[in-house]
Amino acid sequence: MDTMGAVAPIEIAQAREAPLSASDREAVFETRGLTVSYGKAPAVSNVDLPIYRNLVTAIIGPSGCGKSTFLRSLNRMNDLIPSAKVDGEVLYHGQNIYGDGVDPVEVRRRIGMVFQKPNPFPKSIYDNVAWGLRVLGMKDDLDGRVERALTQAALWDEVKNRLKKGAFGLSGGQQQRLCLARAIAVEPDVVLLDEPASALDPIATTKIEDLMHELKNEYTLVIVTHNMQQAARVADMTAFFTLERTESGGHGVLVEYDETPKIFTQPDDKRTEGYVTGRFG
Amino acid sequence: MAVDAARFSLTPSPRTRRRKLINVLMQALATLAALAAVAVLALVIGSVAQRGASALSWDFFTKTAVTFGQSGGGVANALVGSLVIVALATAMAVPVGILIALYVSEFAPPRIADLSRLVLDVLNGLPSIIIGIFVFGLLVIGSGQAAWKGSFALAIIMLPLIARATQEVLALVPSSLREGALALGASRWRTVLGVVLPTSLGGILTGTVLAIARAAGETAPLLFTTSIAANAVTWDPRQPVLSIPYDIFILSESADPADHARAWALGFVLISFVLVTSLTARLLLVRYRKKLEG
Amino acid sequence: MSARVNAVTSTPALRARRRLGDRFGDVFLHGLTGAAAAAAGALLVAIAWKIFDIAHPAISKYGFAFVTRQGWDAIHSRFGALDLIWGTLLTSFLALLIATPVSIAIGLYLSELAPRGARTVIASLVELLAAIPSVVLGLWGILVLGPFVGQDLGPWLHRHLGFIPLFDGTPQNAGILVAVLVLTIMIVPITSSICRELFLGVPTELEEGALALGATRWEMVRGVILPYTRTGVGAAVILGFGRAVGEAIAVTQVIGAGYGIHWSLFATGDTLASKLAEQYQSAATKIQTASLVYLAAILLVISLLVNLLAQVIVRRFSHQRTGGS
Repeated sequence: MDTMGAVAPIEIAQAREAPLSASDREAVFETRGLTVSYGKAPAVSNVDLPIYRNLVTAIIGPSGCGKSTFLRSLNRMNDLIPSAKVDGEVLYHGQNIYGDGVDPVEVRRRIGMVFQKPNPFPKSIYDNVAWGLRVLGMKDDLDGRVERALTQAALWDEVKNRLKKGAFGLSGGQQQRLCLARAIAVEPDVVLLDEPASALDPIATTKIEDLMHELKNEYTLVIVTHNMQQAARVADMTAFFTLERTESGGHGVLVEYDETPKIFTQPDDKRTEGYVTGRFG
Repeated sequence: MAVDAARFSLTPSPRTRRRKLINVLMQALATLAALAAVAVLALVIGSVAQRGASALSWDFFTKTAVTFGQSGGGVANALVGSLVIVALATAMAVPVGILIALYVSEFAPPRIADLSRLVLDVLNGLPSIIIGIFVFGLLVIGSGQAAWKGSFALAIIMLPLIARATQEVLALVPSSLREGALALGASRWRTVLGVVLPTSLGGILTGTVLAIARAAGETAPLLFTTSIAANAVTWDPRQPVLSIPYDIFILSESADPADHARAWALGFVLISFVLVTSLTARLLLVRYRKKLEG
Repeated sequence: MSARVNAVTSTPALRARRRLGDRFGDVFLHGLTGAAAAAAGALLVAIAWKIFDIAHPAISKYGFAFVTRQGWDAIHSRFGALDLIWGTLLTSFLALLIATPVSIAIGLYLSELAPRGARTVIASLVELLAAIPSVVLGLWGILVLGPFVGQDLGPWLHRHLGFIPLFDGTPQNAGILVAVLVLTIMIVPITSSICRELFLGVPTELEEGALALGATRWEMVRGVILPYTRTGVGAAVILGFGRAVGEAIAVTQVIGAGYGIHWSLFATGDTLASKLAEQYQSAATKIQTASLVYLAAILLVISLLVNLLAQVIVRRFSHQRTGGS
């Protein structure tokens, strides 16, 4: 849990590969006034946030500020919670994913998710990746697709000789990469990652972070992380959320959103500065 | 841009539409199955209530059956008989059941505890008619039928139910309670009898009530142990007595519609008893659990 | 447990007495409860032993051929179990055939579909079906379901599906079909409530993982929930089968006490358990009684095997959580 300590400028510089200008890029997502409530209490309110294509966007902030709730609203996973209510809009390539006539199944096919705790199916390694492909009708060249997905997740070499073995025999880090492979096998547009490395050891974490540098060439990635250093290492854009206290409790708000170097070295908002320099959080 | 629009479209594709259709179909089937089960329940209880309630009367409860051909009369002997049989069975089963549960929960080494649980589960799964034949062979052959022999058979059926319910409740007692008593210097047996058991009484009670509900409805064990009965109200457990389920059984197989009417009425009484006790027991159990955990 | 700071037990004499009393109490309780547990085991053994003991004259007379012989002739003292075994297997398997998908469907409904508020209510209602005494269900079977099968359902099935041997023959108010339906009603509440608990026990993250890929709820059920719970569901099905095999009263009320081995569901018949219930008063000769109890012995063996199988599966299942081959 090392959210303490300022992040050195050198680390940030190393994360950047080429100068980017977000304004040139297409916004894959754009949330407008997004508010998610559980029952009456809002968990995160009034978020206006564009997510840009082929970039890694990190969502950081103290615990309880609704980062995961925000993330899950991007692929309508909050629908699974009966008391959850969504106000505002989430525009995906211009369409509101909560609009009429939009099918959550289609939404989730385009916007994949990797969860905090690795959750492979109780099936073989091969079937873990192949299951989604079969269900979605992408059955042509199944073997090839499975291999490609596992390769992209940097797992192929480790499992190619035991594809028929159970997924539970893999280590935590391998299971998480399997979950990643399974998500990208179905060729999504976006991959959401909810604290993907928080249950993993440092070596496995590094592997996942390296993967994200590769994957962003093909996908748009949004990652929630409580680890500021991680955000600095992998993210092109960073959004800082914080908890705003009210009489009825608290809810999460977006404080600042900008290119990562700026957030960590010259944030505009005092609260951002306080968090990234470790004065609270 | 047109290619992109298609790629990112969120309206269902034909394939997705078909998948969603299958999904809705399956949901409908599942809902149908649940509704069918509830409907059957309503049908059965409805039939019994409709046909049975009308035959109830004060005479019904207080008189005994009349000879064939005459009208009137009642089922007092069956009511009393069931009362005697089930009460005795409860008295037999409850102490033993609690003792077994105490052993499994407090004293037994893990493997023996597993074995005991297996024994209880297997006992629970035995057909009740087998138990009836067993008691017949053990007690009735040579000496004749008697109410208490029927009680013995019912007690065998109640035993695993009470033992299991008690065991589950004992497991709910927080270990801090046991440890607290032991830390005070109380011995094992004082802890168990003075602290653990009283805390579990509510759960044991509800388990017993559920077992009574089950035993009250059993017919097969009584066929061989207490079926040949005189047509008078008997409180003596050494005599064979008529019981409600057995009476229903005989009346249901008769050709006389008057007998059928009586069977429905008896069935109504029996179902009412069983359902009311089951529901009450379950409600009590829920409340009891909350008290333990809350 | 030696240091006890207690004014009451400060005198050595009292302390010694108290400890002796406690130790005796502990040993006594341990012994008493252990004896009770041992008695349960002894009871099980005694039941098996007694049944085979009473059946012994028939076992020694007929041997294993009893199991394969047809006919139940009391006049000539020629008894065989085959008709009854056939009746038992036919009714129980058919009841299982209907009850299993229905139970799985109900379990899924109660764990996935039902509106939150209604869930416990409907679950309780389904469980209430199990609380109905079998003799009352049999009464309903004779007087309500039987005529329905004989006059409405049976003729309809015969008319439309009469070419299948199962629906050949004349529909009556009693018979195998009525027995199958009654057994189904008995199995469903047991199996469905076990299924419901199994389905509720599937970890949410597994379900979410499937849905996040863009699967529909049914695809998630088929791909995650059912495979995950298949061992437990299997055990539940076996337990239901055991219940069906052992039901004597309700079956004897509706099955019509027929003879022979028939394929038609409209025929009357008997099962091992129902024969026992039917003949309980009429066993005239010693050999007839022994033969009846020989039937009980066969029933006991089937029931024990089925039960043990289910219990073994349940116990192994709780230690096992693997995937793939």
